[in-house]
Amino acid sequence: MAFVQNVPFFSIIISMFSGIISSVLPEKAARRLNSAVIILVGIMSGWLLIYMMNTGGSYTFMMGHFPAPWGNEIRAGALEAGMALVFSAIMLLCMWGGRKKLMEEVEITKHNIYYILVDLLLSSLLALIYTNDLFTAYVFVEINTISACGLIMIRQNGRTIEAAVRYMIMSLLGSGLLLMGICMLYDLTGHLLMSNIKDSVAAIMSAGTYHIPLIITIGLMTVGLAIKSALFPFHSWLPDAYGYSTVSSAAMLSSLVSKGYIFLLIKIFYRVIGFQTICATKIINVLFVFGLCGMVFGSVSAIWEKDIRRMIAFSSVAQIGYIYMGFGLGTTVGMVASIYHILAHAATKSLLFVSAIGLTDVSGGSRKISDLTGSGYRNKIAGVGFAVGSFSMVGIPMFAGFITKYLFAEAAVMHPSHKMLPTLIVLGVSTILNAIYFLKTFINIYVPAKAGEVKKKGYCKFTIRQQKLYTVTIILFIILNLILGLCSQSILRVITVGLNNFA
Amino acid sequence: MFGTNLIPNFGEEVAMILFGIGFANLLLQKNLIKKIIGLNIMDTAVYLFLAEKGYIAGRAAPIVVDGVQSVEAYINPIPSGLVLTGIVVSVSVTALMLSLTVRLYNRYHTLDLDEISSRLRKEGL
Repeated sequence: MAFVQNVPFFSIIISMFSGIISSVLPEKAARRLNSAVIILVGIMSGWLLIYMMNTGGSYTFMMGHFPAPWGNEIRAGALEAGMALVFSAIMLLCMWGGRKKLMEEVEITKHNIYYILVDLLLSSLLALIYTNDLFTAYVFVEINTISACGLIMIRQNGRTIEAAVRYMIMSLLGSGLLLMGICMLYDLTGHLLMSNIKDSVAAIMSAGTYHIPLIITIGLMTVGLAIKSALFPFHSWLPDAYGYSTVSSAAMLSSLVSKGYIFLLIKIFYRVIGFQTICATKIINVLFVFGLCGMVFGSVSAIWEKDIRRMIAFSSVAQIGYIYMGFGLGTTVGMVASIYHILAHAATKSLLFVSAIGLTDVSGGSRKISDLTGSGYRNKIAGVGFAVGSFSMVGIPMFAGFITKYLFAEAAVMHPSHKMLPTLIVLGVSTILNAIYFLKTFINIYVPAKAGEVKKKGYCKFTIRQQKLYTVTIILFIILNLILGLCSQSILRVITVGLNNFA
Repeated sequence: MFGTNLIPNFGEEVAMILFGIGFANLLLQKNLIKKIIGLNIMDTAVYLFLAEKGYIAGRAAPIVVDGVQSVEAYINPIPSGLVLTGIVVSVSVTALMLSLTVRLYNRYHTLDLDEISSRLRKEGL
């Protein structure tokens, strides 16, 4: 066994132990440890990605002394390594971009706890990405939920605690359904390891027995994870949770936490049930319809919103809709587009959150879009960041969002049945709606403020020299976005190789 | 024939009904404490389901004492392990929810989530 194959295990265990160690470290040391761990995980994932792309296969890693089907397992392939790499890169940038705000908004004694939560979040995300065992996945889903709840309420005011309670309630409904689904699936198949379950499911399907329980099981797990990742009708908790928490938390919640659940759902589709079986059950049609509804209604809500943070949060609802719409197409091309959108949305949405905070800071702390007039001149780097994020969301070429819109359209056109027309129409409508609210905001921040208003509203100016780390973060975010927008061929190759290994 | 499995599987049916009751309570109740009770009913229903499924009538606990190594002699121990893991998770989640409830109650002196939301809206935070 090559040494690089230990990387998944090391990254999970390092991030988890750094959380434990952080609890006794002083604030500064915990912060440095956190950055160091995320960078280390990123580098190791990159190394694993190169190795996996060279070998082209995938491998399972035995946890403990017992081989399958009794022991626990980790599985890694190109897609998992790529996801871990992108997730850790985005998490690092989120932490850097929100550091100044974290200092202002959160008491210094609580910073330690924040870094513990972030380390735990990273380890649970990595475990969701790498695990080959369904019950382990459930446990880490709960760890993910708990740390996300802590991230929301680290900034203590009534709004965030209420948002955290609402988030917890919806998440617990989702995990209850997921747990029930996993237990029923264990009943039907007698296994907890994904590959063993898949064999048993294939046997059940060919024998023609237990068809209805299997469909119910799939439904429970899908709905559970859809609730947790805020698919359209279950998104009521989302705007408050993303809108009022501190900026690093909001960025990580929208770009990483919900994506972890979606990635688990993809694994369940491919590695547990089998993609053909899923497509035959018509459950994907439900996801398709709700995805389309989410694309439109999320954008419409965002247009009505006057608060910039909540507007970006509602835009997340629409983007999650895109991802589920790709699942709903039920073709490999659609799935590839969805996975690309997971990456593109993660990179773009965190950039938008981080740059929006720079804009509100120079506008007297007001979050109303109408108060942000001219803020792009007062905080130049934040303005540029917001512009890039908006362009990417709208789907202007060169940026990440364009590639995914293109891939979705391609998947729709290549779709054999009646789903082509609704997909293309809604894709067009949703793009126009995106353009309305993002370009409206973009134009507003680049309209010069009237001289009288500057004093009255407490506008101030931040130069690049005053916020070095923030500037570096935004530049790195923009580079990441451009990489996703311009080097799409090699990324697509990683996704395709990874998906082939899944099946 | 429909309904022949109804009586032998009544444990699972009770578990499903309890799951539904707990789910509806967690989703629909306004009172936060009642919501948390609903959460616990829902989780416990899952454990009942697992316990029902893990038990096979007439078989012994999965500990080899008399040298009997045949699989047919014992029940499956994994569901019990899953129940234990699930209990740990649900206890920690319940503790977290209760602590959040205490915070909200100290701030707003009510347990009604909708009332808290409307007050927050009035505060305009």
